[in-house]
Amino acid sequence: MRDPAAPVVGVRGLRMRYGSNDVLHGVDFEAYRGEVVGLLGPNGAGKTTTIEILEGFRMRSAGEVSVLGVDPAHGGEDWRARLGVVLQSWRDHGKWRVRELLAHLGRYYAPYSTPAMPRPWDADELIEAVGLTEHAHKKLKQLSGGQRRRLDVAIGIVGRPELLFLDEPTAGFDPEARREFHDLVHRLSDELDTTILLTTHDLDEAEKLADRILILNGGRIIADGSADALSRQISGEAEVRWSMGGQRFVHSTTEATKYVYDLFKQHGEAVADLEVRRASLEDTYMTLVHRAEAGGETELGLQEAGAR
Amino acid sequence: MNAKTAALRSGLTRGWIEFKQTWTNRDDVVGQFVFVALFLGTLFFMRNATLPGTGFSLGAATVPGVLGAGIVFNGLNSAAGYLAIDREDGTLLRAKATPNGMLGYLVGKTTALAMAQVTGILLVLVPCLFLFSELAPDGVWSFLNLLWVLALGLVATLPLGAALGSLTNSPRSIALITLPIMGLGAISGIFYPITALPGWVQDIAQVFPMYWLGLGMRSALLPDGAVIVEIGQSWRPLPTLAVLVGWSVIGLALAPVLLRRMARREAGSSVAERREKAMQRVG
Repeated sequence: MRDPAAPVVGVRGLRMRYGSNDVLHGVDFEAYRGEVVGLLGPNGAGKTTTIEILEGFRMRSAGEVSVLGVDPAHGGEDWRARLGVVLQSWRDHGKWRVRELLAHLGRYYAPYSTPAMPRPWDADELIEAVGLTEHAHKKLKQLSGGQRRRLDVAIGIVGRPELLFLDEPTAGFDPEARREFHDLVHRLSDELDTTILLTTHDLDEAEKLADRILILNGGRIIADGSADALSRQISGEAEVRWSMGGQRFVHSTTEATKYVYDLFKQHGEAVADLEVRRASLEDTYMTLVHRAEAGGETELGLQEAGAR
Repeated sequence: MNAKTAALRSGLTRGWIEFKQTWTNRDDVVGQFVFVALFLGTLFFMRNATLPGTGFSLGAATVPGVLGAGIVFNGLNSAAGYLAIDREDGTLLRAKATPNGMLGYLVGKTTALAMAQVTGILLVLVPCLFLFSELAPDGVWSFLNLLWVLALGLVATLPLGAALGSLTNSPRSIALITLPIMGLGAISGIFYPITALPGWVQDIAQVFPMYWLGLGMRSALLPDGAVIVEIGQSWRPLPTLAVLVGWSVIGLALAPVLLRRMARREAGSSVAERREKAMQRVG
């Protein structure tokens, strides 16, 4: 499925500087069609800046950026029609009604409809997909936080975008709404081949949704890979737990599969309660961020020493 | 359908929806009627006063002036205010994230404001036509005259209001626009003939559109006899046209530049930042 010749998002050597303060120091990554990419990182790491540059809302200081084959700094309205944007803090259109607003905003996408990709998404169908049918005629200011968020997502995808930006999409969701939202994201990427770039602080969510994780820290990408690959890369070891004859055992190994095979060969059906656990994304994330911060401090210390 | 045409049509629908919202939103409706009631109440107390040097009712002479001042107030203050609010709550960013959304937004806002101007005028004018038989002596011609003054007033004030609105950074700084407009209301001969004021004040007033819109409205709605209290005892239609066209040109030249500059700076983080500032002020 990967076509390296045509990434949907291509970023090389992206730098951003505000005054004398560097926020991004050469960010490189790519995202491909149908891929869900999770962008993680502590506050102030440069996630929002990166996303805003890709959305065409912010000019970059240096580097090459291509989004759907176009430089976002010069993206026109035709390009805009192929993107969906869900930001953190929408409070707009409080006096409008749910269905009214969704149908209204959808109309701007009608001229970009193609037989393969009819645009916009039918308002009623979309309202049902995000579970707002019974609130379709409510005013936006009467919606709860989670309902409002689901409408924001609906507005983000009303034009059936090829690329969707989701900035902390499930903040304020209850567990059920979160599950439904995850199903919707899977549907978008599987059925419509939408590429999704997602930022979140919920590492569990990132692990569930993202095909690939990018960790941004101090203006640099410090990790790029699937959650599994990252955990193997970082800890290398998996924990094998089992019980035998009423006794519990734990063993750490780099070759869990072989270890389990040997375990069964030796003890057969006596082995019970078998579990193999890799480091979770949370463990991996903490390790990577701490490692990068420790490295960053050293670097800063050297710079200061040099300045003296 | 062409994408720009689609956005234009969406903009018109948007204007109509927002116009309807002001009439289904309790606070907005109450605001409109309170203003009309206050104005009619003022006129009631002025009913025995006459325009100096004539037997003409001062109350009746005030009606067109207030209509003219209302055009300026709505055109500048409301346009700037909506723009500031729409920036703070993210409406503008939403428009920016939608293909041709900015075009739709501007068409919608213009439509909604123009319709609000028309209904605002009707709300004041219709009861006053019953109250003062002197108003609109030329029938249809008076109203046609009123229409061109209104049209000119819209073009002279809305773009200017949008330009001012794109310079402010929060709805709370709109007072910086409201106060000077109030000041203009005091010196522009709205409630009393401008010829009663010192010459240099008259000169200042004549730079700004409010005086001329008041004059234009009076020329449309008052009988010719009322002209004797005006500067030069004339309705001065050509200078009115010239000044209002002048302000239109300034507004239409500035608005696209300033709006584009403002739109370019809109991003998710700027909306979030303003929201945080607003929260701090409340908390």
